Amino acid sequence: MIVEFLQRLDRTARNCTPIALCVTLVLMSTLPLGLPGYWRIAPNLVLVVVFYWAIFRPDLLPLSVAFGIGLFQDVLAGTPLGLHALILVTVHHVVSNQQRFFIGKSFLVVWWAFTMIAAGAAALMWLVTMGLAFTFVDPLPAVFQFFLTLGACPVLVWFFARLHQYILR
Amino acid sequence: MAKQRTGTATRIAVPLRALAQRFAFFLLVLSAFALMLLGKAETVVIERVRGGIVDVVSPLMHVAAEPLAAVSRGIETLHDLFSLREENTRLREQNARLLEWQTIALRLTHENAHYRTLLEFVPDPNATAITARIFADSSGVFVHSMLINAGSRDGVGRGQAVVTGAGLAGRITTVGERSARVLLVTDLNSRIPVLVESSRDNGILAGDNTRDPRLVFLPQNSVVAPGDRIVTSGQGGVFPPGIPIGVVGSVGEGVIRVRPLVDLDRIETVRVINYPGIEGVLPAERAAPARKRP
Repeated sequence: MIVEFLQRLDRTARNCTPIALCVTLVLMSTLPLGLPGYWRIAPNLVLVVVFYWAIFRPDLLPLSVAFGIGLFQDVLAGTPLGLHALILVTVHHVVSNQQRFFIGKSFLVVWWAFTMIAAGAAALMWLVTMGLAFTFVDPLPAVFQFFLTLGACPVLVWFFARLHQYILR
Repeated sequence: MAKQRTGTATRIAVPLRALAQRFAFFLLVLSAFALMLLGKAETVVIERVRGGIVDVVSPLMHVAAEPLAAVSRGIETLHDLFSLREENTRLREQNARLLEWQTIALRLTHENAHYRTLLEFVPDPNATAITARIFADSSGVFVHSMLINAGSRDGVGRGQAVVTGAGLAGRITTVGERSARVLLVTDLNSRIPVLVESSRDNGILAGDNTRDPRLVFLPQNSVVAPGDRIVTSGQGGVFPPGIPIGVVGSVGEGVIRVRPLVDLDRIETVRVINYPGIEGVLPAERAAPARKRP
């Protein structure tokens, strides 16, 4: 009985990995690093998390959870409530609908697809921000952020693949 | 027979699931837009929930920020050790200069006080200040703001000015019980009534998410040159007048950019100024219209 309970607890804890990753990265993205100008163009790491798990284990990171994490990110970052939620939900929906395309493909193909998704996400965020503020917003920081996120993608995907292999099996 | 039934079930279930998924997606996208519009209207409930959530996670962020702060303190100490001698000479010179200024300032204060009594001048209400530490740089590409570890229980309120030794950093937008959000002067949504110190021309300092906010709504005939100091005008009764914000950096075609005096990349502690404003002087019924200003 106890063994069974512990096993279940263990499985649940393992299955929470993607959500825990998201929450940790959201919290980490708000730490005061003291690097000049860094915080204006910090890469959007949570986007990579949602992208990866929406392809490989959407059951562990469902659409509603992506929405919740987006809201959490909005509350902490001070962005308009719903902005990140909209982005993450859209990315999740698009990616999980194309799941078959990704499975079994080489990393370069996945990265190429991520380029498209991240570009779309950055453009959407830029447009919605402008719409909410009713003014023109300089797109350059968003472009920088896009490239930084693109650069962070391989490292994170490698890390998630290890986690996937060892923790979730 | 059984096989056939399973087949039928799948045939119905699969499109149903797809439909449900699509429905959930549209529902969530709609709620995201609804929330954005509600937030745009600055709904009290949403502001309160935001403040509450930040309150809950702020201890976690304090813990996470501590090792980082220790590392940066260590690096700073090393750096200080190496430049000790130069720093000492520089400070001695500065001290001598400042002592001269102090004499002048003391003389002017007395003189000013004397003239004020002569003119029966109504004094500005006294401002009180709370010192707080920044525990999160929650700024991103589309928003420039920070979180401080003081909230409503410490007397922090919406709209109050946030300053450092150098000048104005921003104002308080969302208040929790133990934490509050500072909207920096560079943010897209920041609008501050200011005046050009030398010419006393009124204007608005409008952030646009770039490093240097723009100076707008100046009188048509006003002349602004690079190097002019920009200070708060105190209009609206929210900010104390005369807090320095920045110096005019560039005057282009119709665009005047102001370089903030505060190094927004390296703030660690700030002071939140509680200014009684116009309510402190005028009777409540006359002060009421002024209070409506955001």
